[in-house]
Amino acid sequence: MSTPRASRHPSGRRPKRLSPSRVGLYAFLLITALFFLTPLYVMLVTSLKPMAEIRLGNIMSLPAAPTLDAWTTAWSRACTGLSCNGISAGFWNSIRILVPSVIVSIMVGATTGYAMSFWRPRGAKLLFAALMVVAFIPYQVFIYPLVRIFSQVGIANSLAGIVLVHTVFGLPTMTLLFRNHFASLPLELFKAARVDGAGFWRIFLQIMMPMAVPIAVVAVILQVTGIWNDFILGLVFAGRDNLPMTVQLNNVVNTTQGERTYNVDMAATLLTALVPLCVYFVSGRWFVRGIAAGAVKG
Amino acid sequence: MVAAAKRLRIGSRLPAQIALAPALLIALVLYCGTTSWTVWISLTSSRMLPNSVFVGLRQYDVLANNDRWLASIANIATFGALFMTAALTIGFLLAAMIDQKVRAESLLRSVFLYPFSMSFIVTGLAWRWMLDPTLGFEKLLHDIGFADAHFDWIVRPDRVIYTLVIASVWHAAGLVMAIMLAGLRGVDREIWNAARVDGLPTWRIFVFIIIPMMRGSFATACVLLATSVVKLYDLSVAMTNGGPGIASEVPAKFVMDYLFERGNLALATAAATTMLITVVVVVAPWYHWQGRKARMAGIA
Repeated sequence: MSTPRASRHPSGRRPKRLSPSRVGLYAFLLITALFFLTPLYVMLVTSLKPMAEIRLGNIMSLPAAPTLDAWTTAWSRACTGLSCNGISAGFWNSIRILVPSVIVSIMVGATTGYAMSFWRPRGAKLLFAALMVVAFIPYQVFIYPLVRIFSQVGIANSLAGIVLVHTVFGLPTMTLLFRNHFASLPLELFKAARVDGAGFWRIFLQIMMPMAVPIAVVAVILQVTGIWNDFILGLVFAGRDNLPMTVQLNNVVNTTQGERTYNVDMAATLLTALVPLCVYFVSGRWFVRGIAAGAVKG
Repeated sequence: MVAAAKRLRIGSRLPAQIALAPALLIALVLYCGTTSWTVWISLTSSRMLPNSVFVGLRQYDVLANNDRWLASIANIATFGALFMTAALTIGFLLAAMIDQKVRAESLLRSVFLYPFSMSFIVTGLAWRWMLDPTLGFEKLLHDIGFADAHFDWIVRPDRVIYTLVIASVWHAAGLVMAIMLAGLRGVDREIWNAARVDGLPTWRIFVFIIIPMMRGSFATACVLLATSVVKLYDLSVAMTNGGPGIASEVPAKFVMDYLFERGNLALATAAATTMLITVVVVVAPWYHWQGRKARMAGIA
C-alpha cells in the first residue's frame, strides 16, 4: 500500500513528447467527457432560448440573446393538468417529503444497525438477510398491498404515508451502512462502556453516534438524492396534494397543449435536477463513498 | 461465532430487542406480508378489486399469452443485454484510463459520474428532447450538411429500445467507473511490477491478470446494473411512455399499468411475482458467493 504509485512504471527520465498511446488515451477521455456533458449543455442552452430560436436554430447552438423567461415560466406558470402554477409547488412538496423522510429513515436505520452489531438480539441475523434481499426486489412486488394497508390505516395519499414508505424502503441500505460501520469499531470500546454501567441507549447516543458522524453524512447524501429522485413512490403514495417535483415535472412536460414549449420543459427539468446536482458537486468524494457503501456488500 | 456471542452477553438484551422492533415489524408486515399477499392475489381471479376465488396458475398462463407482456420481456432482455455490456465496458475502460495517472483526474471523474446523481425522469426528458426527430440531433445533422441523415430512433418501433440504452448508459457508466476504479486501486502494485518484469504488454496484464483479480468489482457492478434493469420504469415513462405502440414497454410498467389503470390485479400481480422470482434467481447465487467469501475471510 505504501509503495509509491510511480513504481509501476519503469524509472528514469520522462519521455519528452507524448507517446501515441498517451494521445489516444487523452482523446478517448476527452471525447467521452464531451459526450457526458452534452445533455447538460443542451438542457442549459435550450432553457435560455425563446421558442422561435429553438424552431429555427439547432440544439447545440448558443442562445443569441439568453433569456430567463422559460425559467420563470417553468417555476411559476407552467401548467399541470388544469392548474398553471409551475413546478414550484412540486419543489416545496419534495422538500416537505424530503426532510422528515431523511430524518426518520436515518434514525430507524442507525438504531437497527447499532442494535444488530453490538447486541446481537434474537432474530438479528435473519432480519439482516431479509433486508438485504429486499434491497434488490422491485417495488412492484409490494406496492398494491401497501396501498391497501395504508388506506385501512388511514395514511393513504398523505405526507405521513409517503414518509413511512421512504423509511420502509430506505431501511435496507441505511441498516447496512450503519451496521457495517459499527461492526468495524473495536469491541473493547463497547465493553468498556458496559463496564462503566452505560446502557443500550446511552452507549448509542453518547458514544456510538458521535463517532458515526461521517457515516451519517454519507447516509444523508444517499437519502437526499434517492428520495429527491424518487418517482414511483411519490406517484403512488404521496397523494394529489403532495406530488413530488419529479412527478410534477413529468406532468408539466406531458400535459402541454398545442405546441410543446421545449425551453420551459428544459428549464423545469434543470430545476428538478438542481438539488441532487448541488448535493453531488458540494459533497464530491463523499458521494462516491456513499454509493460504494450503499452498493450492498453483505 | 458462538464464542463471540457468549463474550457479548453482558446485561439485558431487552432494550436491543425493543430497538429492533420497528425493523422487525416492517420486515414481517410490510415486506413478507405484502409479498405473500401479492403472490396470493396472482393465484385468484381478481380484477378491479381483490377477491378470493382461487384459480391456480391460470393468470400465469394468461400472462404467457399476453402480447404486451411478451413484448415487455423481449424489450427488457434486449435492453438488459446491451445496457449491461455497454455500461460495464465503458465503465471499465474509463476506470482503466483514469488510473493511468492522467491530468485533471478528479474533474474527469466528476464529469463521468454526475449523471448518476440525477433522476431517471430528468435523464429521460433530456434525452427525449435531444433525440426529438424534428428539432433534435437529426436537425443538427441536417444543418451541418448531412441532408439525408436520419436519427429518428425514438419514434421507430424497431429502434426505440436502443435510445433507452443510450440514456441509461449515460446515467450509469460513471457508477461502474467508480466501482472499477476502487477495484483497480485495490490491486497490489507488486503484481503490476512482476508482470512488467516478465515483459507482458499492458493489455495482456489487464485481460489475464487484473480483470480476473477484479471479479468482486465486476460481480458488484453486475448485480447493481441487473437490478436496475429489472426495476426499469421511470425512464420508460419519461422518455417514451412505452411507445411508439408497445415498442418500449417494460415489465415494471406493465405491472403499474395493470394495477392502477387497467384494473386487472391478478394479472398485474402475476407479472410482479414473475419479476420477484427473476430477481431471486439472479441475486441468490451472488449472495451465497458473497457470504461464503465473508465466512472464509472470517468476518461472518
